[in-house]
Amino acid sequence: MTILTLLIPVTLVMGAVGLGAFFWSLHSGQYEDLSGDAERILFDEDDKPLAAYPPGHSGTTKEKTP
Amino acid sequence: MRVISEKHDRKVRPAPSGPVTRAERSASVRPAANGHGVCLISVPNISCGACVARIERALIDCPGVVAARANLTLRQVRVTLTDANTDPSPGYEALAALGYTARPLDPSDTEPASAQQDGPDLLRCIAVAGFGAMNVMLLSVAVWSGAEATTRDTFHLISALIAVPVVAYAGQPFFRSALVVLRGGRLNMDVPIALAVLLALALSLSELLQGGDHVFFDAAVTLLFFLLTGRYLDQLMRDRARSAVTGLARLSPKGAMARGPDGSLEWIALHAVAKGMILHIDAGERVPVDVRILHGDTDLDRSLVTGEAMPVAASPGTELEAGTLNLTGGIEVEVLRPVAESFLAEMMRMLSAAETSRSTYVRIADRAARLYAPVVHLLAVATFAGWLLVTGDWQVSAFVAISVLIITCPCALGLAVPVAQVVAAGRLMRSGILMKDGSALERLAQIDRAVFDKTGTLTTGTPMVTSCFEGEAEQREASKALAMQSRHPAAQAIAAHLPEVACEVADAVEVPGFGVEGRVHGRRARLGRARWVAEIAANPQAATGPAFAFEGAPALSFDLSETLRPGAVDTISDMQSSGIPVTMLSGDDAARVAQVAETLGIAEAHHGMTPARKVGVLEDLRDRGHRALMVGDGLNDTAALAAAHVSMAPSTAADAGRTAADFVFLRDGLDAVATAQDVARATARVVRQNFGLAIAYNCIAIPLAVAGLVTPLIAALAMSASSILVIGNSLRLNGKRAAAPLQSVERGPVAIPA
Repeated sequence: MTILTLLIPVTLVMGAVGLGAFFWSLHSGQYEDLSGDAERILFDEDDKPLAAYPPGHSGTTKEKTP
Repeated sequence: MRVISEKHDRKVRPAPSGPVTRAERSASVRPAANGHGVCLISVPNISCGACVARIERALIDCPGVVAARANLTLRQVRVTLTDANTDPSPGYEALAALGYTARPLDPSDTEPASAQQDGPDLLRCIAVAGFGAMNVMLLSVAVWSGAEATTRDTFHLISALIAVPVVAYAGQPFFRSALVVLRGGRLNMDVPIALAVLLALALSLSELLQGGDHVFFDAAVTLLFFLLTGRYLDQLMRDRARSAVTGLARLSPKGAMARGPDGSLEWIALHAVAKGMILHIDAGERVPVDVRILHGDTDLDRSLVTGEAMPVAASPGTELEAGTLNLTGGIEVEVLRPVAESFLAEMMRMLSAAETSRSTYVRIADRAARLYAPVVHLLAVATFAGWLLVTGDWQVSAFVAISVLIITCPCALGLAVPVAQVVAAGRLMRSGILMKDGSALERLAQIDRAVFDKTGTLTTGTPMVTSCFEGEAEQREASKALAMQSRHPAAQAIAAHLPEVACEVADAVEVPGFGVEGRVHGRRARLGRARWVAEIAANPQAATGPAFAFEGAPALSFDLSETLRPGAVDTISDMQSSGIPVTMLSGDDAARVAQVAETLGIAEAHHGMTPARKVGVLEDLRDRGHRALMVGDGLNDTAALAAAHVSMAPSTAADAGRTAADFVFLRDGLDAVATAQDVARATARVVRQNFGLAIAYNCIAIPLAVAGLVTPLIAALAMSASSILVIGNSLRLNGKRAAAPLQSVERGPVAIPA
């Protein structure tokens, strides 16, 4: 049963990592334009998901419309 | 070529407020991080990935633009400028050069920020609840399969450590909503939900502290997960329809060009326009306030007032209502009334009044909750009292009472309705019908009256040439050439009707209110009102429709008529035979209204209706206890659409009409009305079945709970089973075959002589 002391934290950490990844993707605006992103995959030039943000701007802070 | 009015072009819609001024564009730039400026531009005709690439490439080359990002879903472009004072105009010009209509997006025009934030917030809550549910369930399964003593207590403790923060975070939407309604002294579905979740958590914590063997952490968290999913589906459906319908009421221009005392023109904001000012209104602009024409002749689109798109001629002395569209000539006008008293402001007030009166509709799930919540809560109290009397142990009594609350928590109710409505919305969307929100489906299933607008709804609103002179190739070519010089819908109909190649035309002049004059092959020629054309023609006979003549030659006339929307005849007769009386309301004159009514077999038809009288008719119906469906498209129908029990508008409707309507149908055929009604009835049936299933479930579960036999395992099984059952039942809506399309769709347009 001592293995549980290892397995349970591992489960929780794995779940938390998944949750964190989802939060990050939501926060970085990856769900804002789903139909647009489906088209962008066809573009020749390298297209970063956050090109709309000025260079130097980390892009992780989503500005809310005032 | 610019487009004349909302009714005449199906694909491109002009900015309702006329040309966007530079001042408006600059005002839309907001400061952003890093000292940059950001402006949001609404570009309604972005349609594919190629547009996105083209727009972004063109914008990035403009001076002052740091970055540009087009959003295909929202049809917006977000432009980052070097700083907040940069003039965004080059960007607009670049977009215009590519053929896109661009308009600054004023944040105050869009949905309140809170509504936009709801989606991601709910998604976050679902993610957290899902994480919690999976982990707690994993531990619970171990407990159910026989974990003993310390192991069990440890698992319970870990469950508690996960469940408490998860409920505190993911339960917020329910707690907030429950608090709001409780403060208002009412009940909705969120009250029993919030109560059950909180009590389950509290009970489990106290059990945990005493080392008891029944904890409900898993039930509380999975309950939240299911209910959040239902709520998110509901939200998603509304968002999708909202972004597809786009454009809120932008009837009112933001400002006007004022003529100063020295004769110069200056752009002033709308609120600064005062009585007695002299304004200049160009062709293609909307009249911002109620005015009287001082100089200039023009044609007007008064569809805001009458619903009729056929232009009306106007000359000095004519009074114009705010919102009228000036079509052909520039005019100087005198302001008659301040902005707040204008016709448009009056319409807006009427609209908001009508919307408030409809917001009293209580959704079916909340109506069920009003009955359900008191019964369940009383039952829990009675159980507590009963157990206390029998056993005298208040702890056991509390445990049993709370397990009653948990097992009766309206999980199925919270899930049954949104799932059924989402499935129905998907089916409607495949038939080209967009739905604003779920309550619209519930309301549509209840209607016992139907009210139709005439122009643009029962008829297509676009004039068509039904007959014109034959032979005379030279005249036909010349007619087409002159017709192409004008933006008048009649001229456009003529130009579209004649297959000939237009010949050269010299000195073409459009005489507002009369027609077009020019020289063709050296001869003077006129196309326009019959009487005006007769002035130069050889025969003075005056036809009613538009005419064409060379100087000194006989006048030749065109017959214009409006056409019925495909499916109109069948839809109306089907409705009437299924016991829904149909009424027609129109701003048009008596003769034309009577003709359309006769063709369609509508007994009750009102003509000459103003927006206020349309609302009056609908309010009268409501006062007599009827639930009316309103189908309309014009700006003048907007308030009536909002006043009706439920409303539909074609996608060709004015922006404001589409915003006010509950359903928007994208295809031409009026059979969309029948389809929507069928789906609404089917949905109502499934929702009723789901309620039946939920009641049946409770009939089994409640006695068990009252008897104190419910363990966490039974609670988890019963609740999941009932949820899956109602979801499965709702999905049946998807499998049903859609009604066979109406035959008349193929039959083509039916002409009504104008």
